[in-house]
Amino acid sequence: MKLTSRAIVMMLRAPVRTLWVRWTRSMLLRVVTSTLVVGLVAVGGIGAYVTTQIRDGLVDKRVESILSESASDVAGTQAAILASTAETPGDLQGLVNDQLASIQLGAVGRGFVLLRAPSNASLVFLSTFGSSQPGPPLDSVITQSLRQSIVPGGSQHWQFAVMPGTNIPAVVVGAPLYVKSAGDYELYFVYSLENEQATLGLIQNVLALGAGVLVGLVLFMTWTVTLQAVRPVRTAARIASRLADGHLSERMRVHGNDEMATLATTFNDMASSLQRQITRMEDLSRLQRRFVSDVSHELRTPLTTIRMASDVLHDHRSEFEPSVGRSAELLAMQLDRFESLLADLLEISRIDAGAAQLDFENHDLAEVVRYQLEGLVPAAAEQGIELRLWVREGENTASMDAPRVGRIIRNILSNAIEHAQGQPIDVAVASSSRTVAVVVRDYGVGLSPAQVARVFDRFWRADPARARTMGGTGLGLSISREDAQLHDGALEAWGSPGKGASFRLMLPRGSGGLGVREPLPLNMGPDDFPAIAQRVTLGVEAVDG
Amino acid sequence: MVAKILVVDDDPAVAEMIGIVLRADGFDPVFCDHGDHAVAIFRAEQPDVILLDLMLPGKSGIDICREIRAESGVPIIMLTAKSDTVDVVLGLESGADDYIPKPFKPRELIARVRARLRRNDNGAPGMVRIGELEIDVTGHRVARDGEVIQLTPLEFDVLVTLARHPGQVFTREVLLEDVWGYRHAADTRLVNVHIQRLRAKIERDPENPEIVLTVRGVGYKAGGYTP
Repeated sequence: MKLTSRAIVMMLRAPVRTLWVRWTRSMLLRVVTSTLVVGLVAVGGIGAYVTTQIRDGLVDKRVESILSESASDVAGTQAAILASTAETPGDLQGLVNDQLASIQLGAVGRGFVLLRAPSNASLVFLSTFGSSQPGPPLDSVITQSLRQSIVPGGSQHWQFAVMPGTNIPAVVVGAPLYVKSAGDYELYFVYSLENEQATLGLIQNVLALGAGVLVGLVLFMTWTVTLQAVRPVRTAARIASRLADGHLSERMRVHGNDEMATLATTFNDMASSLQRQITRMEDLSRLQRRFVSDVSHELRTPLTTIRMASDVLHDHRSEFEPSVGRSAELLAMQLDRFESLLADLLEISRIDAGAAQLDFENHDLAEVVRYQLEGLVPAAAEQGIELRLWVREGENTASMDAPRVGRIIRNILSNAIEHAQGQPIDVAVASSSRTVAVVVRDYGVGLSPAQVARVFDRFWRADPARARTMGGTGLGLSISREDAQLHDGALEAWGSPGKGASFRLMLPRGSGGLGVREPLPLNMGPDDFPAIAQRVTLGVEAVDG
Repeated sequence: MVAKILVVDDDPAVAEMIGIVLRADGFDPVFCDHGDHAVAIFRAEQPDVILLDLMLPGKSGIDICREIRAESGVPIIMLTAKSDTVDVVLGLESGADDYIPKPFKPRELIARVRARLRRNDNGAPGMVRIGELEIDVTGHRVARDGEVIQLTPLEFDVLVTLARHPGQVFTREVLLEDVWGYRHAADTRLVNVHIQRLRAKIERDPENPEIVLTVRGVGYKAGGYTP
C-alpha cells in the first residue's frame, strides 16, 4: 500500500515538475494563465450579477401584473355571484362554473382551483374543482400556510411555487370568494412562469456566449501582446548567449522606434562596447605575449654564454686559488637561482598574458605525485625529513597537463620541506567521482591565518629574515595556483603556527569542473592519513636517522 | 676519428663558447653565423652533427633544417631560445632530431651531441623482418619489396628498437631513454613527432598504420607480428 502511494507520487512528480519548469521558464504561459483566471472570475461575477438583476426585474413585473389581474378577476366574479339570483345548489354550482369559465377565457398560462373554506358551515356543498388542463391537478401547489392566510372577507395573498410534476416556477394567488347560501370558498390562481423562465434562459445563453467570446478575445489579445513583448526579450537572450560563446559580432535587429527598438539599440551598443573592450584586451594580450617572447629570447642568448662560461669555470675551480675558486662556485650557484627566477617570471607573464598552453592527457595523479616525491627524497633526507605517501584505493586518473601538475606538486613539496623543521611530511592522494586531490601536510613552523591569506602572493615570504635552503624564487606558489586554475582546479592552504601547514590541490577528472564532494579534507592530522589511505613505499626510501 | 660539429648561431659569444666547450670534449667545431650560408657550409664540411639555432639572420633555422633533411639524415639538434610549443614542434616537424632549450649547461650539450653520435648497434641479429619491411641493422638499410626506404639514423633507431621486440609496448619515456638517451623524463613530443615522420615514410597509409601502432594512453609497439 505504501509502495503504491509512493509509486503514484513518483508518477505524478515528473509531470508536475515539467509543468513547474515550464511555468517558471515561460512568461507567456504565466501571463496567459493569469489572464484566463482573472477573466473567468470577472466574467463569471458580472454574469451572475446581470442574470440576477434581469430575473428579479422580470419576475417583479410579472407578479405585479398577476396580482392586478387576479384581483380584478376575483372582484368581478364576486360581484357577479352576489348579483345573481340563483338559490338552489344546482343553480349556484352552474353560476360559479360559468363565472370561472368566463374569467378563464382571457387568461393565458393560468389555472385555478376552488376550495371550500375550512370555516364554511353551510349545508350547501358546491363541488370544488380546478380548471381543466393537462398534467397533474394543481391542488398540490397550494400550501397550508397560504390557505391559513386567506380569511373570509380578507384580501388576496400570493406565494411562489413550482408547477406540479415539473421544474417550472409558478406564482399562486389566493383570494376568498363568498357564494350566497353556500358560504365561504377560496379561489386560487396558479400562474406558470414558463415564459419568463424561457426568456431568462435565452438571456443567459446569450450572456454566456458573449462571455466566452470575450474571454477568448482577451486571451488572444494577451497572448499576442505578451508575445510581442517576449519575442524581443527571447531574441536578446539568445543573442546574449551567442555573445557569451564568443560570437562578438552578433547583433539584434532594430525595427521602428518603440521601446523594443530602444532595447535592441541599447543591447547592440553594449555588445559593441564589449567587443571593443575584448578586442583591445586581446591586442594587449598579444602585445604582452610578443614582449614576453622577445624578452625571453633576448635574455636567454647572453645567459647561454654566461651559463656555459660559468660552468666551465666551475668545473676548473680546483685549479684556481681558493678565493677565485669560491667565486666561480658562487657564480654558478647564483646563476642557477637567476635562471629559475627568469623562468618563473617568464612563466607568470605568459600566464598573465593568457598565453599558457595546456596539453591535456589522462594521467594517474598518484603516479605524478610519486614521481615528484621520489625526486625530492634526497633533498628531504638531507634535513632528516621523512616523506610518506598515502594513496587511497581507486582510480586517481584525471585529464591534466602532467608537467604543470608535476610542477605544482614539486613546488608545494619543496615549500613543505623548507618549513618542516625535520618533522615528517605526509602526502595523500584520493579521488571522488569528479575530483582528484592531493594533500601535502607538514608539521613544522606552520602559518597564521593572515599568512595563509597571503601565501600565494607573488614574492611574498612568511619570514623575510629566514634563510632559504631550497632556493625558491618566491613565485613558485603563485605559479602553482595559476596552474591549478588553468586546470579549472583549486589550490588551497591551511596553517596553524607551530602545528604545521597543509596544501591541497584538487583537479577535475574531466571537463565537468570540480565536484561538490571533496575527496580529502584540507586540514588532516597525522592520524587521518593511515585511516583513509594505504602507505605506498617510495622507490628511493629516505635514510631515516 | 674526431667528430665534426657544425654550429649555426648568429650570436658570436654563444658560438665561441659552444666551440670552447666542444673542443674541450674533443670535438671539431665549425661555425656558421648566417642562415643563407648554412646549407653551403654543411655541404662543404659534411659534419657529423649540426647544432642549429632557430632564429637566424637570412634563412630561418626551420628552412635550413628542411633543406638539409631533404638531402641528408645527419643528426640535427635545435638550439631554441623560446620554449614555446609551436617553435619546438615546428622545428621537430621540419626534421630536427632533438632540441636543447637555451640556456643550457655544457654537460647537457655534450650529452645530447654524444647521444646523437652513438649508434644503436648492440650486436643483435643483423636482419629483422617486420610486416613487409626488411631491416638490415648492421647495414642501416630498410627496404620494402627490395625497394630501399631512406630513413634518418634517428628514425632507423626508433624503428629497430620497436622491431626487435614485436608486440612489446614501449612507453614514450622508454623510447626517450633508449633512442634519445634521456635518463630523466623529457619532452614526449619528441617521440610523437618522430613517430609521425617515421610512419610517413614506412607505412602504406600513415593514417591507418600497420607497422608502428599506437597503444592508447601507453605508447607504441611494432605490429605486423603474429605470435
